[in-house]
Amino acid sequence: MRLFLLTIMNGLTLAALYFLVASGFTLVFGLMRNVNLAHGSLYLLGAYIGYDTADATGSWFLGVAAGFLSMSVVGLLLQIGVFRHMVGQELRQTLVTIGISIVLADLMLAIWGGKTYQFDPPDWLYGAIRLPLVRAYPIYRLALLGASIVIGIALWLFLNRTRIGMMIRAGVDDRAMLSASGVNTQRIFAITFALGAGLAGFAGVVGGTALSIAPGEDVRYLLASLVVVIVGGMGSVTGAAIGALLIGLAEQLGLAYSPTYGVVYTFLIMVAVLAIRPQGILGRPA
Amino acid sequence: MNGLSRRTLLAATAAGMLALGTAAHADDNTIKVGVLATLEGAFTVLGQDSMRGADLAFKEHDYMAGGKKLEVIKGSSDASPDSAVAAARKLVEQDGVQILIGPLSGDEGLAVKNYAKTQPQVTFINGTSAAQDTTLRDPAPNFYRFTTDGAQWQAGLGDYAYNTKGYKKIVTVAEDYSFPYTQVLGFMLGYCKAGGHVVNKFWVPIGNKDFSSIVASIPDDIDAVYVALGGADAVNFLSQYDQAGGNKPMIGGSITVDQTVLGSKGKTKTYLIGTPSAGPIADNWGNPKWKAFVAAYKKAYPDGFPSPSLFAHGYYVEAEAMIHALDDVRGDLSDGQKAFREALASQTLDTPTGQVKLDKNRQAIADIFLTEVAQGPDGNLYNKVVKVIPEVNQTLGTPEDQFLALGPVSRTNPECK
Amino acid sequence: MTALASSSAPSLALRLGLKPRHLVVAALLVIYPLLASPFWTVQIGAQILFLGVIALSLMFLAGYGGIVSLSQMTVAGCAGYMIAVIGTNSYNLGLGWPWWATIPAAIVIGTIFAVLIGIISVRTGGIYTIMITLAIGVAFFYFTRQNYAIFNGHSGFAGLQPPVLFGVSWRDPLPFYYLSLAIAALSYAAVLYVSRSTFGISLQAIRDNARRMNALGFNVNLHRVVAHGFAGILASLGGILYVWLNGRVSPGTIDIGPVINILVIAVLGGLRHPIGPFIGAALFVLLRNFAIDLIDPERFNTLIGLTFLIIVLISPDGLLGLWEKARGWVRSGGAAAGWRQKQG
Repeated sequence: MRLFLLTIMNGLTLAALYFLVASGFTLVFGLMRNVNLAHGSLYLLGAYIGYDTADATGSWFLGVAAGFLSMSVVGLLLQIGVFRHMVGQELRQTLVTIGISIVLADLMLAIWGGKTYQFDPPDWLYGAIRLPLVRAYPIYRLALLGASIVIGIALWLFLNRTRIGMMIRAGVDDRAMLSASGVNTQRIFAITFALGAGLAGFAGVVGGTALSIAPGEDVRYLLASLVVVIVGGMGSVTGAAIGALLIGLAEQLGLAYSPTYGVVYTFLIMVAVLAIRPQGILGRPA
Repeated sequence: MNGLSRRTLLAATAAGMLALGTAAHADDNTIKVGVLATLEGAFTVLGQDSMRGADLAFKEHDYMAGGKKLEVIKGSSDASPDSAVAAARKLVEQDGVQILIGPLSGDEGLAVKNYAKTQPQVTFINGTSAAQDTTLRDPAPNFYRFTTDGAQWQAGLGDYAYNTKGYKKIVTVAEDYSFPYTQVLGFMLGYCKAGGHVVNKFWVPIGNKDFSSIVASIPDDIDAVYVALGGADAVNFLSQYDQAGGNKPMIGGSITVDQTVLGSKGKTKTYLIGTPSAGPIADNWGNPKWKAFVAAYKKAYPDGFPSPSLFAHGYYVEAEAMIHALDDVRGDLSDGQKAFREALASQTLDTPTGQVKLDKNRQAIADIFLTEVAQGPDGNLYNKVVKVIPEVNQTLGTPEDQFLALGPVSRTNPECK
Repeated sequence: MTALASSSAPSLALRLGLKPRHLVVAALLVIYPLLASPFWTVQIGAQILFLGVIALSLMFLAGYGGIVSLSQMTVAGCAGYMIAVIGTNSYNLGLGWPWWATIPAAIVIGTIFAVLIGIISVRTGGIYTIMITLAIGVAFFYFTRQNYAIFNGHSGFAGLQPPVLFGVSWRDPLPFYYLSLAIAALSYAAVLYVSRSTFGISLQAIRDNARRMNALGFNVNLHRVVAHGFAGILASLGGILYVWLNGRVSPGTIDIGPVINILVIAVLGGLRHPIGPFIGAALFVLLRNFAIDLIDPERFNTLIGLTFLIIVLISPDGLLGLWEKARGWVRSGGAAAGWRQKQG
């Protein structure tokens, strides 16, 4: 019983992390139809930069901020410098992101090497708190869950209650119409990409604190984002939340009760969703 | 597109390749040696230290062996067996090496052994690859391993954990692939024989850093946790175990209680004092030969590791073995390298960690170090040598037919619940 | 289709667009191993040929079908694994079937796998296909790594060799090269042929406007699934040669790195004509083997990634496209012409 409850809680907290990473990915795809396969690289790069910042300044929170800001800038530069000139050429954009991810992964390996980096969270976030039934649970993971919920709500409010958010949603529905109605779509795209990339960098530091960072994490989180977004539906942040919940829980239950094939189950769920409802749970038909 | 263009492009490519396509040849006063290590990918740092070890051996003999000059050519892999075979092929077929030292990792070793069988004219000497079956099952007649395998590395630890530390019931946590299977087998042979019980074995998918489910599944009525994870993953596991309120002592695999773990920031450090482990080297051994080796390493490589890793040590030993055998036969590699290979197989090699001999499968019989984590006067943790287990052979003292009957390493081999 | 039944050599040659200049290239390829060392013949030459075949399967789907599928290496690896599982391997874990049953079975299973992937991915189509095929490829990789009963997990299989037929050991340098050359030539011809057949034309029309083709009564999804199947046959052939070269197969063969490499090769060469993948494979194999001699071997991936990026940014049609642009530029008088008139 205790194991089951712990596993559910682990699943929820992992889902929180996946949501953070995948929400940026789905925003960028939903609006700009750009499958950003360098998303995982942004996660890892943000984590490395955040680590160096936290190490240099001694403040973990500065590291988090550095992760978010540095990746937002990178995202902005990518959109303005590269993708803006390829509007409508989705395949080409995707190929460019693949190229960027290959180069980034190798450069990160060159700069930060193959070792694993452990973050140093502040003391009040470390350790366990006593809980009924499960005896003890790491504070950090609960904090991660809380932060994710807060960010999810903030994101929802941003998209549904602000003007820019309204324009982003309109763009996801019909990009041509948005442009025709006089909105500077390039500015919206830039903001969206910056936000998406920033979220990846933020998740990198926050997730890296829980699970450490090393080469290969970029691929892992890219794949997680892919599966979450395929299951939850493209372009929908709420869909990303639902997808993250499903995948996070499935992964932890798999690891606890069937560790040999646990990793494969998440992909089976993805295949099942594709077979029954190809556009994802909350996606719109193509 | 006009035909001229496509044909010209192809012809230019073909001509370019032909121009470069001549194999190299050695002259009679030079011996070409290839050294293969993982110089690409995540294990690059380890591969670099391996090269340092081999280079140190070459330097100490002025790049001469058996009266002939040694020409060393380096090969690079990325820890995948396919890349190791490709690199070996380039060294043997393109660069024309007569002796090849390498590779670094276990699965690469199995692949290179199989390649060695197709190249009987070249002598293959191991690097640090520690898979059991490289020499135990279906060995190649031209593959020599002067370093011990992953199971040998754990000799004596099982007995020590049961009898001296008093751990009667344990669980194991290790990654789900062949090297950890080998380590667990080596540990459990001694542990089960002494009467211990391994209640459960947790196999973590490779690359997985989230140990929370495992931590949750560890039962309360055990005495210790045997952890055979790499240093950084071990830090993760310990930190997650600690945060979840875990408090059982640990037993370490050969690569677990390394400098990463001992030097990590945070509260987990003090938890580690008293953790036993076993492996082919021990950083703080007081033996003068070992200390001389460490001093030579530090002098030659001021920007290397603080102390030579087992990779530097392994490649050093293998290179030394080659040089000594070449000296014995005065560099004679004629007649299919017959004399050289006999010298390799029969020599008793003096290494910084004791004497090494080869068994009938050309596998090393060497000493193993049993260590325990202690706190030094400056507050830092280090691995103190508890005892040296002498002359460990590949069957760890078990009769050969019994050992072979256990079967190849796997998730469920052996069991003693 | 009726023309097929009564085709004679000249008309077949015409259909394939064969011209005398092709014979020159063919002659060069045939005499190549007689001039090059065994290493160059096998490690470089044969590898370019069968990597080209696998990349050709991707080019077929992407160039003619508009389907960018990242599962081609996965299918190739599946066929390679089947050679080990159904045939003999050094661990004695295979079924031990004879070569004339193993090889066709491997190709059939690889093709069935490709068709299944096609069925899963066609319903979404377009840009989603990259993500889905990548995810399927990774799932298969994890499965082969965790499963010991069939796939022998992390260690994979060794001792995979082509059979000794007609007194020839087909793993020897010259026979292996000619075998790869034959399969590459057949695949090239097959792709050319299919691309000009009714099926191929329909596929290209679907690529251009699926909705219209649907309205015209064509079964769009069926066409795409069949395309996956055809590409699967090619990929399976390439995969079998791949595992024969190394004599082994393991999860590392179908890891995400090799999977992306096939895409890199196909795009580098050019997705517009079947010769593109082979040119891309040549560049890739040469770079990989000689990077250690020319530049820092550790940064091979940066080199290949940058090359890939540059090609995609300046010439979406890969090296072939660059070549065409360069020739067109030279032929029209180069810089001087640029002064006088706008380039087309």
